[in-house]
Amino acid sequence: MPRHYAAAAALVGAALFTGVAFAQTGKVTVVTSFSKDVTDPIKQAFEKAHPGLTLDVQNRNTNAGVKYLEETKANNQVDLFWASAPDAFEVLKGKGLLEPYKPKAEGIPDKIGSYPINDPDGFYSGFAASGYGIMWNERYAKANDLPEPKEWQDLAKPVYFDHVSMAAPSRSGTTHLTIETILQGEGWDQGWRTIKEISGNFREITERSFGVPEAVNSGQVGFGIVIDFFAFSSQASGFPVKFVYPTVTTIVPANVAVVANAPNKEGAQAFVDFLVSPAGQEVLLEPSIRRLPINPAVYEKAPADYPNPFKDPSLGARVKFDVNVSEKRSNVVDVLYDQTITFQLDALKAATKAIHDAEAALAKKDDAEARALIKEARDLIAAMPVTEEQASSPEITGAFTGGKQKGARQAELEQQWAAFAKENYAKAQAKAEEALKRLR
Amino acid sequence: MADATTAGRAHAPSRPFRHFMTSATPGQLALALGIAVFLALFLIIPVATVIYVAFTEKGTNTFTLVNFLDFARTDLFIRSFWNSVYVSAMSVVVASVFALPLAYITTRFEFRGAMIIQTLGFLPLIMPPFVGAVAMLLLFGRNGTVNLLLNDWFGFRIPFMEGLNGVIFVQAVHYFPFILINLSAALRNIDRAMEEAAQNLGCSGFRLFRRIVFPLAMPGYVAGASLVFVKVFDDLATPLLLNVKDMLAPQAYLRVTSIGIADPMGYVIAVVLIAMSILAMWVSSRAMRGKDYATVQRGGGGLAKRRMRPWESVLAYAAVLLILLLVLAPHIGLLLLSFATVWSFSPLPDGFTLAHYGRVFGESFLYVKNTLIYATLAGLVDVVLGTAIAYLVLRTRLVGRQWLDWAATAALAIPGVVLGIGYLRTFYGVQLPDGTPLATLWIVIVLALAIRRLPYALRACYAALQQISVSLEEAAENLGATKMRTVRRIVLPLMAGGILAGFVTSFATAAVELSATLMLVQSNADAPLAYGLYVFMQSAAGRGPGAALGVIAVLLVALCTFASHLIIEKSQKAKGAGR
Repeated sequence: MPRHYAAAAALVGAALFTGVAFAQTGKVTVVTSFSKDVTDPIKQAFEKAHPGLTLDVQNRNTNAGVKYLEETKANNQVDLFWASAPDAFEVLKGKGLLEPYKPKAEGIPDKIGSYPINDPDGFYSGFAASGYGIMWNERYAKANDLPEPKEWQDLAKPVYFDHVSMAAPSRSGTTHLTIETILQGEGWDQGWRTIKEISGNFREITERSFGVPEAVNSGQVGFGIVIDFFAFSSQASGFPVKFVYPTVTTIVPANVAVVANAPNKEGAQAFVDFLVSPAGQEVLLEPSIRRLPINPAVYEKAPADYPNPFKDPSLGARVKFDVNVSEKRSNVVDVLYDQTITFQLDALKAATKAIHDAEAALAKKDDAEARALIKEARDLIAAMPVTEEQASSPEITGAFTGGKQKGARQAELEQQWAAFAKENYAKAQAKAEEALKRLR
Repeated sequence: MADATTAGRAHAPSRPFRHFMTSATPGQLALALGIAVFLALFLIIPVATVIYVAFTEKGTNTFTLVNFLDFARTDLFIRSFWNSVYVSAMSVVVASVFALPLAYITTRFEFRGAMIIQTLGFLPLIMPPFVGAVAMLLLFGRNGTVNLLLNDWFGFRIPFMEGLNGVIFVQAVHYFPFILINLSAALRNIDRAMEEAAQNLGCSGFRLFRRIVFPLAMPGYVAGASLVFVKVFDDLATPLLLNVKDMLAPQAYLRVTSIGIADPMGYVIAVVLIAMSILAMWVSSRAMRGKDYATVQRGGGGLAKRRMRPWESVLAYAAVLLILLLVLAPHIGLLLLSFATVWSFSPLPDGFTLAHYGRVFGESFLYVKNTLIYATLAGLVDVVLGTAIAYLVLRTRLVGRQWLDWAATAALAIPGVVLGIGYLRTFYGVQLPDGTPLATLWIVIVLALAIRRLPYALRACYAALQQISVSLEEAAENLGATKMRTVRRIVLPLMAGGILAGFVTSFATAAVELSATLMLVQSNADAPLAYGLYVFMQSAAGRGPGAALGVIAVLLVALCTFASHLIIEKSQKAKGAGR
């Protein structure tokens, strides 16, 4: 920016400003997306273990936190970045905003489920694990006479139409991983088919992760696709909710990293060490936090029904989750979801409803042609505008990285994909309605 | 700003108004330049550092308009655009239905509790982020109190909160105070003689209202209505909380805060929002042009308040109560939520507790203190700037004076997060002598709040000045008063009601602002209430304490509002007595 503005702004600031909180030695500043319920107990325990150090918690959502570090890197005042979504750490690492640190801790395995706990390059470390699953409101389920789901595919059943909710994967790093888990677990084509069949039952797609547990807790929506600790901490607060891990789920670590050029590097490293130490790990068992420790030994102190990914083979072990595949296409998957599902939800729901009706009629009276029409309708919904190879090709991924290289513009691709989905859903609805007509 | 004028010049008081506005004095010029520099520093430059991307070509950074073509070619954006226009227009209509009776009844009749109603009617504007929406859903949602009861008793539900109509409903409830507060101020300012003259000529009842009172209060109504339109057009929180994404402001926000952050399209939408806001303000000022709303006689304490006949007062109380119940429902829900143990899929909470207040009691003190400091300073900056800009626009002939108004108004259309990022970009590189970046000082939060709330204060000041006849100033100047003395002794006292209305609006809304703050808060010690609330509202256990903090925020702002209504009332009475 021009100098004279800088000078003028500095003058105005200096003139108006009276009392500044100077950085004291021993202050560790952390930017985090975790709520107060998580940060308060850990802060207390950390400050008790390290008298003289105080933890200054700046709460920002993950995206805003990444953006903040990026904008302020020239004069960085932050020591640590502390959040769930591993992809946010990948972004920060890619921009050179993190500093490698290997925590001093013993007894931490390399992997949890099939997911590596620490960044192989040592830029960030896992300190707790979480899995994805289905959470539901018992009063809601009872009032609407809905069965308990067990698998992702259950949510695609007609009974759940208009009763399910999820955060948009572009808005929630954790939901993104859920989508990616399904895509990697079932394959690109089948995976999208499942995702769209479930999404056709959605009541709403929220724009922040916590919107889903909030809606389920207050009973506005019956079922939500959420990360486990949202459900556990809701139960701990007394809400009438239940939770289940489907078999195709992945357990991923929540992470912490030292920021490059941290003003208090020693303090930052002490915090990372504390988090993975037995004392820090035990804090995770508190009812308001309820995350899965990454130190297997700590589970001995846990309540009896506490899920243990190191003992229970169904937790996360079935999926081979490839971080590299996920990372390369992460923007494309998010934009595909938004353009074909989030922003076309009304059309998708109308088509899904038509198919449900036609299938209900088909169950009563078989008709080969109607059956074929319904299959066509389902295929039309499942169709994707890009193949798996295209999704990670540089021509397409390059459109989402901003102004760096020439090529297709994000808006062009989005319009193409949205138009593709809209047309297909309209056709699918027409076919399903035709089938229903034949069955009447 | 009062010292802006230097020499008092006698102006030829021939045909009033137009001729009075001669070329500017050096003082006025200096004032205009000062405001222009302030706006440039804290609004235009920070925002430009972010949205210039809208005009650059991908890969080359050269100037292009292709992104705007993309906007026009994308179905989603076009659909969003028309949805936004529709929702904004309908919100103005519904908000007027709420505001007109309240404003009219409380200013025109002797009505017990008029002041309390004015205060309560103002509360909806203070909807704390997140908790407000949760409370609203618990009452009006698909499985909210009202619909659960309706479904139990009659077997049907009313979709209050669904789709675009839901957005209109919530926005009208949320923003109708803009109309209420500006219209009430305008009604109070009408010269009683006008009404008496009409009555002497045999005009009364609804005709009197339609032909005399309402037209004279028009500046206030238009100020409020145009604010509602622009604010709804640019608001992203409400549509997003109702999960309506195909409107323009949410589209810009969703892109700017996720994958589109490096993509021009989010900023293209921001440019469209800014252009639409300026257009709306321009249209509203066109609509007012060529009409003179000023009345000469001042200090009459506004319209005569008359006694209502018994049946009238029953009707009036019923109408007022009904409207208040509806618009205050979110706050009633919030209060219940703050005392609730668990509230889930039931008409009322399972049980009640005081624990949430206990939990927030300790830390809320810091938040309250910060909020009061920030919002008060922001409100003061806003009324000073607002009065100065209104004066320059209405009373001088400076070239480009309208641009000050439009630039300030454009702030309404800038998503808070864009302003926040712009501030970080512009001021983070500026270091204070001890090496801390300028952007980390809390004063930057105050400036961001002041810029974001300036349009509110500006509209109120503008309307207040529009109602003052220029011949009062001419008289003062003919009697030898300097321009500065005229402003100080004549203009400012007569504008007091409007200025106070502007301060209250800016103050109250700044107190619950979050989006820009979230980007700029640097440490818990500097955090305002809205930030503390945000931190609580990220977890299941934080819902109760978050609601408690929300109640504290609302009470705080309500008390300040009530106090300022007391002041207005008192000054009106003092003027009336001196008559």
